[in-house]
Amino acid sequence: MTTISRDEVAHLARLARLAVTEQELDTFAGQLDVILQAVARVGEVTAGEIPPTSHAVPLTNVLRPDEVTPSLPVAEALAQAPDAAEGRFRVPRILDEEE
Amino acid sequence: MAEPTELTTQTAARLAALIAAGEVSAVAVTQAHLDRIAATEPSVHAFLHVDAEGALAAAAEVDRARAAGEPLGPLAGVPVAVKDAFTTRGVPTTSGSRILADWRPPYDATVVARLRDAGLVILGKTNMDEFAMGSSTEYSAFGPTRNPWDLARIPGGSGGGSAAALAAYQAPLSIGSDTGGSIRQPGAVTGTVGAKPTYGGTSRYGLIAFSSSLDTPGPCGRTVADTAALHTVIAGHDPRDSTSIPQQVPDLVGAAARGGEGDLSGVRLGLVRELSGQGAEPGVAAAFRDAVTTLTKLGAEVVEVSCPHFEYALPAYYLIAPSECSSNLARFDGVRYGLRAGDDGVRSLEEVMSLTREAGFGPEVKRRVMLGTYALSSGYYDAYYGQAQKVRTLISRDFAAAFEQADVLISPTTPFVAFPFGQRTDDPYQMYLADLYTIPSNLYGGPAISVPSGLADGLPVGFQVMAPTLADDRMYHVAAALESALPARRPPQLEPGSSIGG
Repeated sequence: MTTISRDEVAHLARLARLAVTEQELDTFAGQLDVILQAVARVGEVTAGEIPPTSHAVPLTNVLRPDEVTPSLPVAEALAQAPDAAEGRFRVPRILDEEE
Repeated sequence: MAEPTELTTQTAARLAALIAAGEVSAVAVTQAHLDRIAATEPSVHAFLHVDAEGALAAAAEVDRARAAGEPLGPLAGVPVAVKDAFTTRGVPTTSGSRILADWRPPYDATVVARLRDAGLVILGKTNMDEFAMGSSTEYSAFGPTRNPWDLARIPGGSGGGSAAALAAYQAPLSIGSDTGGSIRQPGAVTGTVGAKPTYGGTSRYGLIAFSSSLDTPGPCGRTVADTAALHTVIAGHDPRDSTSIPQQVPDLVGAAARGGEGDLSGVRLGLVRELSGQGAEPGVAAAFRDAVTTLTKLGAEVVEVSCPHFEYALPAYYLIAPSECSSNLARFDGVRYGLRAGDDGVRSLEEVMSLTREAGFGPEVKRRVMLGTYALSSGYYDAYYGQAQKVRTLISRDFAAAFEQADVLISPTTPFVAFPFGQRTDDPYQMYLADLYTIPSNLYGGPAISVPSGLADGLPVGFQVMAPTLADDRMYHVAAALESALPARRPPQLEPGSSIGG
């Protein structure tokens, strides 16, 4: 049923924020194709109105009192950051200079 | 390999009794296990991090509390190893991934906090397939764990480290997490016991998420009674996990003790036709038939049940789990913790994220992230993820109908015994078949346990007992009965000719 192209794998990798190598594109295209053909069998079960199950335990609206409790101190939250400055996480630039 | 000492071959129950009676100190018990780890790790590699200092301090605290006459929990002073998927405050936690190589979490998982509160001594963090994705521990970023029964073979996955630590007598107890069989399948191939509790019966708070609707923390031991006792320590409602079930945990220790008496009269076992042989090695199928005969001799009634949609469980799982993983692993972006790669002051945030994830994730994680991204993408969602969720409904209905006819369902745990390293890594779908028998109960949410049931070609075979949601006690009852009727089988090169004491 499915054949997944090299270009599609490259597109998926972009969506998933994965900088895959040229060699990985070939490997993954072949492997994903095999896996998708096998899992496509779920499509055989189409008869009738079957409600979807997203979760084993049907819990809804788990509520608790709206009380202020201590949270992680800023210093501890930042202690594991790859880069921090002025009490915040420091990240590479988000916008290009010309934008 | 050095022989295990007397202390390292005891059951957890026996160690706890010795410590409570003051016949041995918790520090001595801990030191014996640390020595055993030092002697066997070069060949087994069950641990990613051994916390000798923390363990000895925790043991000393138990000894102090006992001397002061303070009340101790039933497993106080007993060492335990914890899968590296659980956060441990100040202690390295990697989930088997390079992206978390140097991470020291600022908090404890609820399971870990409960172990500490109950006086158990945490020896360290065990090896695992990266982010719990795999069935052989070959996908750990830090090298595979070896099966103590045969060092050329896999210890199962993803909790291979937690299972191998038990089989190598490095720890009497360990903690795992089971998304599609990651506790039970390693238990089966290492000849140890592993239980997946009812989903929501154990807290996921601090368990690094793989597939949130399936992930279930659970206990591992060398005996059913020890496993039930550990299960009791970690189970119960946790307000920090919104999927945690606010309900009393049944008496698991009592159920295991009753089962240990070897009487199963009045118990109806449902032999699942769809899980009773297809894809199984002849030796595995034979060991399963022998176990069923043994259970019948204990008085159990065996009825054949049909679960026609179980054949779709594996395909549904390999859509649902990767879909949830692609979402859960989005948090590993090099911003707040973990690895950051390619940040040269010129590259954009998006480039740095992509390079970080490329450098930090291994091949199986990338495959599943992309598979999940595909299954959730517009145009494919209904055909894949939506359809898989319908299959999940049908599987739950199959379970419900089968439990009308039987108290528990039984099957082999795995289709094959421990395979040699490298045999299945080139063909990901062949690797996925390792979890063929364990996946249905994850999709349904009920508890399931693997208990050793003999050998095939000299390697351990597991027997699986599945129970209805929240009836975790039933599986311990049946598993303990089977255990009581079978001779103990221990890794031959580690402990020739003897069985566990106590």
